[in-house]
Amino acid sequence: MSAVGLGLEAQLVLAVVAAIVATWAPPRLRSTLAGVVSAAVGLTGAVTGVLVLAGSRGRIEVPTSLPLGDVGLDPSPLGGFFMVVAGAVGAVAAVYAIGYAEGPAASRAAWASLPVFLAAMQLVPAAADAVSFLLLWELMALASTSLVLTDHRDRAEVRQAALWYAALTQLSFVLLLLGFAVLVVDAGGVGFDLIGSLDPGSTSASVAFVLLVAGFATKAGIVPVHVWLPRAHPAAPSHVSAVMSAAMVKMGVYGALLVCLRLLPTGPAWWGLLLLAFGAVSAVYGILQASVTSDLKRLLAYSTTENVGLMFLALGTALLLRSVGVGGPADSAVAACLLLVASHAAFKCTLFLAAGSVLHGSGERDLDRMGGLGARMPVTALAFGVGALGAAALPVTAGFMAEWALLQSLIHGARPEDRLVAVAMPVAVAVVALTAGLALLTFVKAYGIAFLARPRSEGAAAAHEDGAWTMRPAMLVSAAAVLALGLVPGLAAEAVTRAGGVAGVGRVGGAGLELSGVGAQLDPIALSVMAALLAVPVLFVSRAAARRRPRRQVELAWGCGGVRVSPRMQYTATSYAEPLARVFDDALRPERDIEVTHTSESRYLVERVAFRQRLDDVVEERSYRPVVRLADRVGLAARRLQNGSIHRYLGYSFVALVAVLVLVAL
Amino acid sequence: MNAEAAVLALAQVVAMVALSPLLVGMMRQVRARLEGRAGAGALQPWRDLRKLLAKETLQAAGTSWVSVAGPTVLIVSSLLVCAMTPLLGTVTFTSVPDDLFVVVSVLLIGTVAVALVGLDAGTAFGGMGSSRHMTIAALVEPTVLVSVYALSIPVGSSVLSQIVEARLDDPASVASPVSLLALLALAVAVVAETGRLPVDNPSTHLELTMVHEAMVLESSGRDLAWLELGSWLRLGALLGLLSTLLMPWGIATELSAGGLLLASGALVAKIAITGALLAGVEVFLAKLRLFRIPELLAGSFVLAFLAVTASYLVVQA
Amino acid sequence: MALSLVRLLRLIWTTGRVAEPAPPAPEPTPGRPSALAGSVQIRHVDAGSCNGCEIELGAAFGPVYDAERYGARLVASPRHADVVLVTGVVTRNMLEPLRRTVEATPQPRLVVAVGDCARNCGVFAGPYGVAGAVPDAVDVDLEVPGCPPEPQVIIEALRKVTGR
Repeated sequence: MSAVGLGLEAQLVLAVVAAIVATWAPPRLRSTLAGVVSAAVGLTGAVTGVLVLAGSRGRIEVPTSLPLGDVGLDPSPLGGFFMVVAGAVGAVAAVYAIGYAEGPAASRAAWASLPVFLAAMQLVPAAADAVSFLLLWELMALASTSLVLTDHRDRAEVRQAALWYAALTQLSFVLLLLGFAVLVVDAGGVGFDLIGSLDPGSTSASVAFVLLVAGFATKAGIVPVHVWLPRAHPAAPSHVSAVMSAAMVKMGVYGALLVCLRLLPTGPAWWGLLLLAFGAVSAVYGILQASVTSDLKRLLAYSTTENVGLMFLALGTALLLRSVGVGGPADSAVAACLLLVASHAAFKCTLFLAAGSVLHGSGERDLDRMGGLGARMPVTALAFGVGALGAAALPVTAGFMAEWALLQSLIHGARPEDRLVAVAMPVAVAVVALTAGLALLTFVKAYGIAFLARPRSEGAAAAHEDGAWTMRPAMLVSAAAVLALGLVPGLAAEAVTRAGGVAGVGRVGGAGLELSGVGAQLDPIALSVMAALLAVPVLFVSRAAARRRPRRQVELAWGCGGVRVSPRMQYTATSYAEPLARVFDDALRPERDIEVTHTSESRYLVERVAFRQRLDDVVEERSYRPVVRLADRVGLAARRLQNGSIHRYLGYSFVALVAVLVLVAL
Repeated sequence: MNAEAAVLALAQVVAMVALSPLLVGMMRQVRARLEGRAGAGALQPWRDLRKLLAKETLQAAGTSWVSVAGPTVLIVSSLLVCAMTPLLGTVTFTSVPDDLFVVVSVLLIGTVAVALVGLDAGTAFGGMGSSRHMTIAALVEPTVLVSVYALSIPVGSSVLSQIVEARLDDPASVASPVSLLALLALAVAVVAETGRLPVDNPSTHLELTMVHEAMVLESSGRDLAWLELGSWLRLGALLGLLSTLLMPWGIATELSAGGLLLASGALVAKIAITGALLAGVEVFLAKLRLFRIPELLAGSFVLAFLAVTASYLVVQA
Repeated sequence: MALSLVRLLRLIWTTGRVAEPAPPAPEPTPGRPSALAGSVQIRHVDAGSCNGCEIELGAAFGPVYDAERYGARLVASPRHADVVLVTGVVTRNMLEPLRRTVEATPQPRLVVAVGDCARNCGVFAGPYGVAGAVPDAVDVDLEVPGCPPEPQVIIEALRKVTGR
């Protein structure tokens, strides 16, 4: 039994143990015990992934009583990479949940579902054949649905959210089932190695590709099948949102990478174009919606759509460039996709955990009611700030390195000879640039409105750092990962090379990243050293000036000398994004309503003005609601078949029997 | 190689710190003369800076460390941009190339720092300036990246030094349609990024028309000094980059005392000409309504995109 | 456009320099902070004037007298200012805002009262809406008499602060 096999078995065993502990432990100890074992599940997954990346392989077969055979687990390096990501996020979130979970989130069902969810999610990348993959996929979906439903008694939106989530995750399962079915029929067996020998140029391969990518895109949160994300993530408890956003949607990206790199490699150019197009649309739409919303968790959920869009864009670029024979930039694009995966996992985990801490500390989820939290919750502010820097792709964070790699591969992939590539690359560069700019605005808004200036509500004014002792270390570890991946990305270069099966990604300098395929290199530590050296004279002059005239604290900020100054005069998140909402109002279609109440004495004097703005998801409004309404109508019409009369039902069975007999006879 | 790059970077930083206030003073002087006034002289920004460093710095209750650290972050990011862009020479560090995305990201750190300072003030004006500033920054980014991308296609690399060197080697490429379209788009982007007319009026007193000024209304003393110097350095570095791309002659490809001297003189001439042109054009322009600015930026993006397609046509021909 | 490019260019060319030559510099006021030499930012506050002083102030900063050439510049925020220039008598509603404006100005700072109304209520002494003159509200460092004071007088006072 190799180390990897041991690790896989350990994950299964620990998950079962954690579920048992969650069911049988007394309520006082339940969170701590179940949390510790769940964290162990995550850690084991991460360690197993590291072992796989280091080169060792192992296979285990888990016997099931299903007629489809045993569950075979044999992680490839790509799978190992995703196991590391999922395991690390799971471990951090479980530790956080020990302190965070209370009320319904600390119930037996919630604590039993979490380790099952973590184990299933970590083992999906380890699956070695289509059946195991689908079984683990469905287990992951069921466990996560149960977790999303945690607060269903307290909030009505949770039930709606779980319904949408369940519907779309089952849609993804059905699409994957159909796609894998096509491939299995062609290959004559369910093993991934067998499927990998198929010809990607055939029609059935293309059909399978579209089905599989559609299924994975649904799980990943690509437009137009992203509508579950902005509902499910705010509905779930914060640690569950963190795992779902930072790790579970990555399984969709893993699936896409699996299909493109292992199952059906060297496909035609239109495959890459399809991925690129949907990725680009998701990236822009996601960040646009994130920039105009004032609900913090909804903002983070839409930001996930944006980042997954960028990952699909990177993958699509890689496929496109490979199909025209440009190997170097294609390899860099795959590396960029993997770096985006790792960096997004790190900063999204940090952001969601910090958002949970804000929710616990202040009771607020709406940015318009926050403010001044930086002074009241310094650790949370630090973690959120680092996460926001990473999400905005600013130096020196993980997000910056990942976007740098993506832009390098796009810029060096320019091929004037090939018309398709010649149009796609500049459009992709423009999309990445627009996304980066809007992400800047979004996260300046999120950090600035929530943590700076003065509180806009009593909840924010009374905010305090949560006393639970596991929340702070978990957030800080996550934030440290964001900075670590940004400062020493070269250490991850080896992992990325093995995982993506690409060449040309290496270390340079101290721990800088080198993309020799495109001839680009960057050492973030050197950049930071330069900045530090340039800061020395500035600080010197500042210190000298401060000695002559020290900084003086004053009571009031300059607000034109007005005598009635209140924190409500500050900008809110809604007003911050208003110019952007106006510029993009065709894409966002905000509903604005202004109600003016005049005084009773005269129509020329105004007593009250009420402003209301609704920003619904456009895709949901235009595409899903008509379908849902149609389904409603069909259902209502079908009700007429069910009128309760036993005679009618007997008649149905009789007609059905006669029809079957006739058909069999024919 | 790295030692030479360090010397060059230091020289660029010192040169830009000395020249940027003079540039702003000269631009104000050009404007004054065109308006028939005598003007305060090109040295006035230096006097203002010296006075600001001697003034008291106030900090209002409710503001945080962001108001203290933000100005320092802005000026350090501006100094870093001056050190990295090819202004005096094209010798770069091996592991920190002056790649397009890196330079733009460092600029954006400064943008974000000022935006957070505006939000931290806790006033309506601060938030308003911050919101407008970030909206414009978001809409400018596609233009900046696509226009430099257009310039990078004939060269095969997005490292700014290599682009400048390639233009030095092939003078015809400076006047090609690709280059002119891309530089025109980049010029509009620089105007938007540095807050000059018609995007923003740097000398307005009407708060509702402010974009950049509104974010610094609360800063005083050395905070204000760093914010002012930081934005002057950005203006100088971006104008220097634009003029170097337009007229690369004079720049030093390898380090030597004579080469540096020549390059310094060339840089002074280049930013003087560009600055005077900008100031002169500003006299004829009125500030655009905030919601007309996206139209301007979309137009500049179209120019940049045209430059990219033109570069493909040129290569195919 | 009201004035086309060509017409504007011709106007600039034919107008030439409008600024009058600078009169000899006055002595700097004793006690003038040395930090303010050569560079003075001014925040103007209208505490309740009839706008006569504002017109003269506008002329002082206009092309003919051009106060900017002596290093004085108008700014929007008192945090950026060294001098708070107050015109008009202090009305009830402007008493507190004027005090807050002066307090919001970092040291070293000066308060300059321009016009007779600012100095001693001028013609507006006594009405119910008037809280007093500027010295009653804040400490005044320099006074400029006149109703309204001519631009040259205002500029001379400013030059006493800048020393240029």
